[in-house]
Amino acid sequence: MSETASKRRPQYRNLTVPQLLIYLSRMPLAAKTSILHRASGALLFLCLPLVIVPLFGRSVTSPETFASLAEWTANPLFKLVLLAIIWGYLHHFCAGIRYLALDMHKGNDKVTAQKSAGAVIVVSLALTVVLGLKLFGVW
Amino acid sequence: MDQQGYGQKRLVVGAHYGTLDFIAQRVTGVIMAVYTVVLLLGFLFMGELNYENWRNLFAFTCLGLPVGQMLATAAFLSVVWHAWIGVRDIWMDYVRSAGLRLFCQVLTLLWLVGTVAFFAKILWSL
Repeated sequence: MSETASKRRPQYRNLTVPQLLIYLSRMPLAAKTSILHRASGALLFLCLPLVIVPLFGRSVTSPETFASLAEWTANPLFKLVLLAIIWGYLHHFCAGIRYLALDMHKGNDKVTAQKSAGAVIVVSLALTVVLGLKLFGVW
Repeated sequence: MDQQGYGQKRLVVGAHYGTLDFIAQRVTGVIMAVYTVVLLLGFLFMGELNYENWRNLFAFTCLGLPVGQMLATAAFLSVVWHAWIGVRDIWMDYVRSAGLRLFCQVLTLLWLVGTVAFFAKILWSL
């Protein structure tokens, strides 16, 4: 399409899964936050009509369906699905706020950007743990 | 064309070159973030968690207008527009065959439009 993309660049297409995992583990924090942003977005996209909207529907439609949610969420497997969605939402939210700040040229220097990337991962995981403990009835 | 293919003088081709998508992704993101905070505040101040109070978060009216449903609709359309841009980016990055990519994008659109209809039916039945 554009002439800027016409220059030949080296391509590495024979990566194996273990090599890929090493590559992922060596990524800087900002890269990890970025790929988790994409993964959590894809997760939310898939869960939207399959879990999130049906759940919303049951919660608002009638007092009976509202009460029946307690039965759904009593299933441990369903709790794990919910926990994944909760993490996905929290990570996507926190990382999204960070991207908005970066877009406004706030915290673009290397050190701050790495720190904020780490903060996104830690804060979203910590909030997931707090809500997860609530979900599993610890508090 | 000169040699410089980057920076301010880079060659920019194609219609609008993704500017609308770039801005829409950010604006819809802000709308969702604000709605999250609004819902959270509503949840914290609604009193006891029961069906009536919960339903009211999405179905409250103001001066005869269905403001709760209007806000939820605006927020949900933001979700879907945002999701369209993000998922389309994923296909653009990883699916190299143009035919398969188009197929994935059409499926994505059908998935999202169906979701909008599903959500609208629930919300506007309140």
